[in-house]
Amino acid sequence: MKNTLKVVLGAAALGMAVAAAHAGTLEDVKAKGFIQCGVNTGLAGFSAPNDKGEWTGLDVDFCRAVAAAVFGDGTKVKFTGLSAKDRFTALQSGEIDILSRNTTWTINRDTALGLNFGGVTYYDGQGFMINAKKVPGVNSALQLSGASVCVQAGTTTELNLADYFKANNLEYNPVVFEKFEEANAAYDAGRCDAYTTDQSGLYAVRLQMSAPDDHVVLPEIISKEPLGPAVRQGDDKWFDIVKWTYYALLNAEEAGITQANVEEMKSSANPDIKRLLGVEAETKIGTDLGLDNAWVANIIKATGNYGEIFERNVGQGSPLKIARGVNALWTKGGLQYGMPVR
Amino acid sequence: MATQDLGLRQPAKESLLYDPKFRSLAFQVVTVLVLVGCIWWMVDNTIENLRRSNISTGFAFLRGRAGFDISDRLIEYTSDSTFLRALVVGILNTLKVAAAGIVLATIIGFLVGIGRLSNNWLIRKICTVYVEIFRNIPPLLVILFWYQGVLAVLPQVRDSYSLPFNSFLNVRGFFLPAVIWDGAFLPSFSWNGFLPNIDWSPVMAGRLWLIDIAILLAIAMAWFVVRRARQRQAATGQQFPVFWTSLVLIIGLPVLAFFAAGAPATLEFPQKGTFNLTGGANIKPEFLSLLLALSFYTASFIAEIVRAGIQGVPKGQTEAYSALGLRPGTGLRLVVIPQALRIIIPPLTSQYLNLTKNSTLGVAIGYPELYSVGGTTLNQTGQAIEVVVIFMVVYLSISLLTSLVMNWFNAKMALKER
Repeated sequence: MKNTLKVVLGAAALGMAVAAAHAGTLEDVKAKGFIQCGVNTGLAGFSAPNDKGEWTGLDVDFCRAVAAAVFGDGTKVKFTGLSAKDRFTALQSGEIDILSRNTTWTINRDTALGLNFGGVTYYDGQGFMINAKKVPGVNSALQLSGASVCVQAGTTTELNLADYFKANNLEYNPVVFEKFEEANAAYDAGRCDAYTTDQSGLYAVRLQMSAPDDHVVLPEIISKEPLGPAVRQGDDKWFDIVKWTYYALLNAEEAGITQANVEEMKSSANPDIKRLLGVEAETKIGTDLGLDNAWVANIIKATGNYGEIFERNVGQGSPLKIARGVNALWTKGGLQYGMPVR
Repeated sequence: MATQDLGLRQPAKESLLYDPKFRSLAFQVVTVLVLVGCIWWMVDNTIENLRRSNISTGFAFLRGRAGFDISDRLIEYTSDSTFLRALVVGILNTLKVAAAGIVLATIIGFLVGIGRLSNNWLIRKICTVYVEIFRNIPPLLVILFWYQGVLAVLPQVRDSYSLPFNSFLNVRGFFLPAVIWDGAFLPSFSWNGFLPNIDWSPVMAGRLWLIDIAILLAIAMAWFVVRRARQRQAATGQQFPVFWTSLVLIIGLPVLAFFAAGAPATLEFPQKGTFNLTGGANIKPEFLSLLLALSFYTASFIAEIVRAGIQGVPKGQTEAYSALGLRPGTGLRLVVIPQALRIIIPPLTSQYLNLTKNSTLGVAIGYPELYSVGGTTLNQTGQAIEVVVIFMVVYLSISLLTSLVMNWFNAKMALKER
């Protein structure tokens, strides 16, 4: 009986230890030596494995940037592919440290789900795609009355779709899939007349179709979809690191610091650049954040600035060829505005 | 000396550790305490963690607006309905596919099971191959096989296969003419606080109540005929064609009532619209593939259970009814099957439960059953624990109810010693 008691007490102590170990994500991450990052299982341009089996994409690079800020090494990150449905549970339960999976920032997710969004890495909007060969003569979403629409379960897309058709008094049949790949396959097989997701996603899906040229993205954008990385609420330190990694990427682009010139920029006379790269005398910016003072330099060395990440993954340097548009810097007429690092 | 010996043993008895009664009691108390402690710790830890991560809790979210649409539904539902109603739509879809699947699997299972005992070499081998293929493939693959392998390669809407009675078959499923009744067969219910509010007007419209009464009357009369025929056979030995009489009653009376009510129904045929065939009834490919997959998969197990059941009846029984002069068909029905059922029913119950639970795999092909709708609800509200609790309660209830019915049936079929 004494043994039984010991076991019970041991189990209880272990339980308390498990509960207590949840204190700070930064400490946890440093202790285990890498960041666990939740990404999409396969969305070209945002997060998809390349032909060598390495994860690539805008969402993936953001996690690498955070890893570079924390460890000075952008490779110290492991990726977990998540469906839209599993993603929040994975973050809430602590299975992942950061969710960077084309996730729309909404008030419900920010409050009731207990998340915090670290910024908007991609301003998107929901659109529709149809197969022009199979349904000729459709050039507006308003002509979709009576159509079957493929959509992914548990997304804001699913809700916007219902609202849009209701607001315009259109009939439709939703065909709802849990996984992105299943929805793609069903649309390609002709199960649905139209496919709906964020516009960036539509361009990516289009490339995966058996005959990409048959598919047309309709002009309507029916919603605001600000996509960004999310972390658990109640861990301000970790939230700050994610948030400022994003701003650092933007400020670096604004200051013209690139992966190629980051070393020589360190000797720049410009005080803004010196402060950003942590070469200002007696600087405490990085250490106040709980990081190394060279954190921005490390980020840029690992992934390049925001503009470089964008062009490489979804912009002109990628098969998607999406224009910067609203995702340009505020100085160039876009919405991307990095808070000052000082 | 004897008394002194007893006196010496007395102190040894005082150590309770060696008292078997005390020991068994103590171990049980400790087990219960450990169990309660573990559960308490789990619940406490969950509540604490939820509080710490700022996630709202409770079942109040069920009253919120769902906001998403469900295409396959048995009751009225729009995106303005509540999450609760969405879950009810899911539960009804689960019950629909499970009930249809159980019927279909039982029919196929019995046919194949009997086929495996056939004297015909070809039938026997075909049935064996069927069983070996379907019971050795995971059910998810069977579902994907039907969905992506069979139904997804059907023609597009504009090239639909035309079937008799203005029905069509294409990649969007089966399109059949629908019967539109001028009313409803059941009164509509709504809850007015705690009191049910019953509205009989849909039953009165189109005089559908005539058909309702005809159906009830036919069942009552058929039951009466069965009773009288049994009594007569027991008294005089004369037989009466009970089956055919009941069939005529149960089909004939409602049909008569239908015309007496002035044929209160119209047929609606599927029409070609811009995108889909509109109007009529549509059996969606998601439902169809899930139903076929679950039935074919479970039928392979049922076939084996049926075969074992029939082979479990001693050969002497067959020889006995032959000796009594019963024909093979009658003998099979009256002697072998009742005895085989005693062996078949208990494992059959497990298969029915499996089928119901396997219906959750419909999520892979977008069939909106409880698990799929609940998953969407979970994701839109973030109430993971609450939704999982609902899952467990609903599936447990369905399973327990199925068990209850099957146990009752089993008790009815069990050997009654007189």
